[in-house]
Amino acid sequence: MLRVLLSRLFQAVLVMLAVTAVAFVIFRYVGDPVRSMSREDSTVEERAELRAVLGIDDPVLVQYGRFVTRAITGELGISYRNQRPVVGLIAERLPATLELVLVATILSLGVGIPLGIHCALRPEGWLARLIQSLTLIGVSTPTFVTGIVLILVFAVTLKWLPSFGRGEVVQLGWWSTGFLTASGWRSLVLPAVTLSLFQLTLIMRLVRSEMLDVLSSDYIRYARARGLPAGHIHYKLALRNALMPVITVTGLQIGSLIAFAIVTETVFQWPGMGLLFIQAVSFVDLPVMSAYLLFVGLIFVTINMAVDIVYALVDPRLRSA
Amino acid sequence: MTRRARNTSLVAGLFVALGLMASNVEAKTLKWSSQGDIATMDPYAHTESFTSNMHHHIYDPLVRRGRDLQIAPALATAWKIVEPNRWRFTLRQGVKFHNGNAFTADDVVASVSRLLHPDARARGNLSNVERAEKVDDFTVDFVLKGPYPLLLNDLTGIFIMDKEWLEANNAVSPGNMTRNLTTFASTNANGTGPFILESYRPDQGTNLVVNPNWWDKAEHNLTRIEFRPIKSDATRVAALLSGEIDMMAPAPLQDLARIGSSDNFKVIEEPSLRLIFLGFNYRDQLHGDPGKPNPMKDKRVRQALSHAVDLATIQSRIMRGKSRNVGTMVAPPIPGYQASLDQPLAFDANRAKALLTEAGFPNGFKTKLDCSNDRYIADEQTCVAIAAMWTRIGVQVELKTQTRSSYFAMVDKGESDVYMLGWATLPPMDGYSVLSALVHTKGGGLGGNNPNGLSDPRLDQITKSVAVELDEPKRIAMMQQAFQIIRDETFFLPLHQQPVSWAMKRNIEVPVFADEYVRLWFTKVN
Repeated sequence: MLRVLLSRLFQAVLVMLAVTAVAFVIFRYVGDPVRSMSREDSTVEERAELRAVLGIDDPVLVQYGRFVTRAITGELGISYRNQRPVVGLIAERLPATLELVLVATILSLGVGIPLGIHCALRPEGWLARLIQSLTLIGVSTPTFVTGIVLILVFAVTLKWLPSFGRGEVVQLGWWSTGFLTASGWRSLVLPAVTLSLFQLTLIMRLVRSEMLDVLSSDYIRYARARGLPAGHIHYKLALRNALMPVITVTGLQIGSLIAFAIVTETVFQWPGMGLLFIQAVSFVDLPVMSAYLLFVGLIFVTINMAVDIVYALVDPRLRSA
Repeated sequence: MTRRARNTSLVAGLFVALGLMASNVEAKTLKWSSQGDIATMDPYAHTESFTSNMHHHIYDPLVRRGRDLQIAPALATAWKIVEPNRWRFTLRQGVKFHNGNAFTADDVVASVSRLLHPDARARGNLSNVERAEKVDDFTVDFVLKGPYPLLLNDLTGIFIMDKEWLEANNAVSPGNMTRNLTTFASTNANGTGPFILESYRPDQGTNLVVNPNWWDKAEHNLTRIEFRPIKSDATRVAALLSGEIDMMAPAPLQDLARIGSSDNFKVIEEPSLRLIFLGFNYRDQLHGDPGKPNPMKDKRVRQALSHAVDLATIQSRIMRGKSRNVGTMVAPPIPGYQASLDQPLAFDANRAKALLTEAGFPNGFKTKLDCSNDRYIADEQTCVAIAAMWTRIGVQVELKTQTRSSYFAMVDKGESDVYMLGWATLPPMDGYSVLSALVHTKGGGLGGNNPNGLSDPRLDQITKSVAVELDEPKRIAMMQQAFQIIRDETFFLPLHQQPVSWAMKRNIEVPVFADEYVRLWFTKVN
């Protein structure tokens, strides 16, 4: 177990280095921060001076080296746009994104798994067919369209829910939570539904096909022949075996939910990291962009490790490996 | 009744109750939204006009723009030129900062030296000032690097901070990016302005409450301003239509008709100071056709390209009738404007072809056309249309549109042949801004936005004279002469003046300003 962990850790460091390196190369093509940082009628001299201060004309390798050295000491620099420490900016927005992703994940698991089970147990039923076709729409509609349609229906027409923002938040230390106020929950509904839709569909389809697979296997047939109760067979035997891939996918999807959140957060003006990143891109705020990518990379790596560990817990055969 | 419905009606009832309570004490809250957010609360740490606009509600400058956009006294009540490079300002007495501190000459001196500190991002906004000197408690001298007619124009954007507050919060010098220094002033504010900062949460909202001790007589009836940035156009419009916000500025052009047709909302419009035009390449070769002499150095070719553009169609189809076609480089309210120059070259494809033939390009030539796709109103569509119009006279156009951050970087490097540019002469609001940034030969602190080798000794001469001329009528005549030369030579291809459009609930009365500033101290909620 320890050896597995250590080798995973080593791989994680390599992945992080690769992510940041690739990000740095991409940044060369997103534009020039000096222009967005200067006055519209700034002189050539002013801009040259700023360029020198920022060191953006240095070779990529030099800049990358500088970034990695500073990142190791936990120093991610100061935002070009806000002139505030990047760590603080991310910490300020992290709770919003994580709360949104958490609720979206619970929503997609809580709805996706039961739907998937139903579709597997009654594959020919009308309800199963209806769910199947509805979820097909779910996967194929782009997030921003879903978001805008939901806003038009629930905010503009029915006026039930707010169209933007996070509502009232309560400050618990550095963590700002929307879970403790009514307006916080109301604001959470539309973005969480929008964000969860794709994952919900995915999980429902995954559970269904895995269940169908397991249900047609020999040991389930033997279990039935032995006359075990249907509930025991379905939930204790079949579902448990079908959940392995679901854990993997959910884990990986949490990572991509944070990434997908960029679109959802922009549509709903959700003050999370995705919105921060989008704004950083349009301003070419390189410190914020690199820190965000570093952070997302870290999340992916951590989740992958966590999934590996959960595997070991669920499947005893992997514990000795 | 389901639980959710019960909750909803409970919340709704609560809101009604709150609303009743609020109307009893005559509290007038304005909730409004814009696309951008306040970058920082530190007035000297940014160069964004929107952020500056928001600071104007909290901080006051020495002189400010009134309802007519003319320069009027604010924290300074009078001024005179003592020597050509020394201006004396008399300060307003009895003004208090939001924390109760008195406003004196020391605050002005501290603010100016903080702004001129090498670390201050905005120090270019006062580039002609050497220092400020205290004469007595309510008199300050500005010492300039030389005679300079636009000091007042510059000062309209310089907000005065409180010396004691800066000292108490260790923010006397501005933040420094390379040394990872952030100051207290980037998230807090203490000004003398009409509103007091209550809370500032980036991307979520900024709340201001009225300053009951403001030195000026309030022309507004607001007690509170809630600003909510909403980046997505569609969401911002939805938030207005659902009643969550009272006003949006600006409003997207494509939604104006829909918002205006509703009984509860109105749209107000005004021509902006921002003029959109195309710049040409004046180097020896075009990037679009290397190895051959540059046809655009010939005035007839530039005229041909102008005659080929059907501005009327662009105005009616792409700008939806909201823009105004122009023939000169500045908008009517700007010093240096002359109505006789403001006539676009007529749309005449045959004349364009004849001019091309005369210049020796009967079969046209190849050129690049570069445009932004997210900086000006309908910038991409306009360029697509122009490319098609030029193709009709035989010019082969290689069109490229891109996002602003990469677009301007490319234009700055001089890598385009024809490029789109919008200029509002802000913040000075003066024709000199065009001459110094776009027209003067690049170099020596001038021509910062003249990347493609435009150089005319007559214009350089005029620019330098305008820069130091203190006699206003003479200065304006010189600028008009410069704009005459630019038009005669077709150095640029002016397209149109952008509109400013705001949308709001019917009960809100707010003046729209051509400089696109939102001045809520003129706003009434009825």
